[in-house]
Amino acid sequence: MAELANTVTEQIAATQSSRRTRGFGMRSVGDRAFNLTTLGLALVILALLFGVTIDLFVNALPSIRAFGLHFLISTDWDPTNDQYGALPFIYGTVVSSLLALLIAVPLALGVALCLSEMAPAWLSHKLGFLVELLAAIPSVVYGLWGVFVLGPWLRDHVDPILAKYLGFLPFFQGPHISVSMLTAAVILAIMILPYVSAVCTDVFRVVPQTQREAAFALGATKWEMVRMAVLPFGVSGVIGAVILGLGRALGETIAVAMVIGNRPEISASVFMPSSTLASVIANEFVEATSNLNLAALVELGLVLLVLGLILNVAARTLVYSTTQRRFKGK
Amino acid sequence: MLNNPQQQRQNYYRNLKSKFMVGLTVAATIVALIPLFLVLAYLLTKGTTSINWDFFTKMPTPVGQNGGGMANAIMGTFELVGIATLIGVPIGVGAGIYLAENRGSQLAQTIRFAADVMMGIPTIVIGIFVYAIFVRPFYGFSTMSGAIALAIIMIPLVTRTAEEMILLVPHELREAALALGVPRWRTTVSVVVRTAISGIATGVILAVARVAGETAPLLFTAFGNRFWSTSLFQPISSLTVQVYTYAISPFADWQRQAWAGALVLTAIVLAMELGVRWVTRGSARVAR
Amino acid sequence: MGNAGIGTSGKVIKLRQSMPDKVIVRHLYAFFNKAEALRDVSLNFAENRVTAIIGPSGCGKSTLVRCINRMHEVIPGATCTGDIILDGDNIYAPTVDPVEVRRRIGMVFQKPTPFPTMSIEDNVAAGLKLNGITLSRADRDRLVEQSLRRSALWEEVKDRLGRPGASLSGGQQQRLCVARALAVEPEVLLMDEPCSALDPISTARIEELLLELKESYTIIIVTHNMQQAARCSDYTAFMYAGDLIEFGETKQIFTNPTRRETEDYITGRFG
Repeated sequence: MAELANTVTEQIAATQSSRRTRGFGMRSVGDRAFNLTTLGLALVILALLFGVTIDLFVNALPSIRAFGLHFLISTDWDPTNDQYGALPFIYGTVVSSLLALLIAVPLALGVALCLSEMAPAWLSHKLGFLVELLAAIPSVVYGLWGVFVLGPWLRDHVDPILAKYLGFLPFFQGPHISVSMLTAAVILAIMILPYVSAVCTDVFRVVPQTQREAAFALGATKWEMVRMAVLPFGVSGVIGAVILGLGRALGETIAVAMVIGNRPEISASVFMPSSTLASVIANEFVEATSNLNLAALVELGLVLLVLGLILNVAARTLVYSTTQRRFKGK
Repeated sequence: MLNNPQQQRQNYYRNLKSKFMVGLTVAATIVALIPLFLVLAYLLTKGTTSINWDFFTKMPTPVGQNGGGMANAIMGTFELVGIATLIGVPIGVGAGIYLAENRGSQLAQTIRFAADVMMGIPTIVIGIFVYAIFVRPFYGFSTMSGAIALAIIMIPLVTRTAEEMILLVPHELREAALALGVPRWRTTVSVVVRTAISGIATGVILAVARVAGETAPLLFTAFGNRFWSTSLFQPISSLTVQVYTYAISPFADWQRQAWAGALVLTAIVLAMELGVRWVTRGSARVAR
Repeated sequence: MGNAGIGTSGKVIKLRQSMPDKVIVRHLYAFFNKAEALRDVSLNFAENRVTAIIGPSGCGKSTLVRCINRMHEVIPGATCTGDIILDGDNIYAPTVDPVEVRRRIGMVFQKPTPFPTMSIEDNVAAGLKLNGITLSRADRDRLVEQSLRRSALWEEVKDRLGRPGASLSGGQQQRLCVARALAVEPEVLLMDEPCSALDPISTARIEELLLELKESYTIIIVTHNMQQAARCSDYTAFMYAGDLIEFGETKQIFTNPTRRETEDYITGRFG
């Protein structure tokens, strides 16, 4: 080691002395260039968000100017006469989404409670993974299945039962059709369930274990513990999850377009076909007959965009950090 | 006092109620999972019979004629998703780096918010946007416009993933590199991002799986093509649009092929999702 | 020249051996946003000597060394004023690139942090590779061996240089970090509590290292372990609550401290 040390020490001294005479240099240019590049790329996101909003607004202007606010309450959708009103589609979107929520939210809550409170950890991970796979299946595949399997099944097996027992209500009257509001609502429910359930599961999992133990120590049964310790903690999170699910249901296009029947009229019965903002755009955009037609469709898109943005922001504020980011625990 | 008959009867009902509610949640989980298995089962039964060599190598036949395949649609999906990834990943990772390196700044918070908001925009609206700025004024329906639409959907997803993964890198690593006299930008690129790269790659693959299954944004951008698309500025077919077109058609043969296409599409998407989870199974942190 | 430290009492302490001063700190103030962390610190570090900085938690010793290699300003909101002269050049002059400073003044941290994506030999060469300096295969291997020998790690890892840096034990990882710091040929080596995360045997190895290293480098070591300071250092500075209380030859500080605070700390009355 000694011989090596001598030569090494000499070498070190040589390098150090050469550095000494050089002195110090100027600030790094590389940093500035790098920061500018990443800033530019990040600004693309801002540009896109503004761009989409402004672009839609500009392209919808002919229709906005022609119909004004009347557009939102008119039921007159008639391309051949260049008359356009959005109400049937707003109705269809809102009703199908609310129905979907009605079906999906109780189920999602049940799933979330089962995964976070009832099942043992290994099982809950596997089941949670399966529920997430529901979200991975492409929309067009759900649409295909809805058209050929779910729709006919609902028409043949569920609609008669609903008509028989609830037929006094206007919602369950009239002919049974496989492409209908009901089919669309069920498909939507299947598609939004994994999102609502994932957020609810996270919200429940965050409840401190001490809260649960306190409830048990008081002699509560499992369900009572859930009611006392878990649910109250998670109220705002669950509301946020519901809003998130609503937002997703609003934007769902293809599966709905395939099973809802695309009939631009409002009817009370869920057995009847209907139409949503997204589905009519998907169906009619490419065949738009005139500039006004196109502008009207873009205006529908604008309504959809605004609704989607509002709901997304509301959901985010309620479920602050658990909405989009999730971590697997160790 | 706590063991009198009335108390015991109450406890019995309390326990019964609890068991019932537990059973309800289990039932809810089962009901929630039934569609998953049903869809997969139908895909397999109705789709596999139509999967043959023709399906992967031939193109669609004229309307009404039986036979043909979806070769161009499969190629189309790969092309569209591939180009979208080439556009979307650099922008997304770059933006993610910016957000991670400038956490506190007002601008970064605004951009992060904008990215989250963008994730909630219905994809058909993105399609309208790209139609208006690219398709109508320039080249008409084209591969490029479809890829751009998909890239726009990918960017916020990749950005948030990249930001999270970079923030997970311990700050001591960054300090160790800086103390060696490595310039700041080089530290970020060669040490911090390099350490986070596997997590970022996971997020990218998940984003790819997501856009591979998108139909709506392609309807008025890539549009569809019965033949091979020979240039980036021609319309192009894709599995999603092809399945959609066939499914809503009145032709039984097309509907049969739609099932096959749906099976292939689902297989590709699930392979990516499952593959990513399999590869990261040992790791404690996965970005969703 | 000579070695002088000016404690806040104003007394100038003269020392026996005259070595040139490698690093001179003059009227250093350091802040975290508005909070003052160092107050008017002035002291000189002798070349090729080991200077230990001791004091209770929060006294500012880590902040002081981080100012010396301009790592303090990396923390958002952290600032400092004053001068630090390295061989006649003020490292806080406005035209100076902090990156250059850090190549002449290296640092080993409390927690060993080998780069997880790199092998052992890549870790050692990281300082050069990350600065775009490409060496021939032979030069690189020689540099790796040299650095690992200097940090007394060579014998243990020479057969597995390709293994990941994180596969070593804690003490070995810390020596790897020392090798990595030495590979860029700094003149001064700062060590911020390098042994506090290590077991006693690894600690002893590192302390042995200090004796060898000081022949070629100027070493400044922060430690909360007074016995370590007494064992390994030539000079010791005692700090408390952001002030430099006393500075002098280690033997004198530990046997005959001038200030009462120093004596209280050394005898364990607080800290």
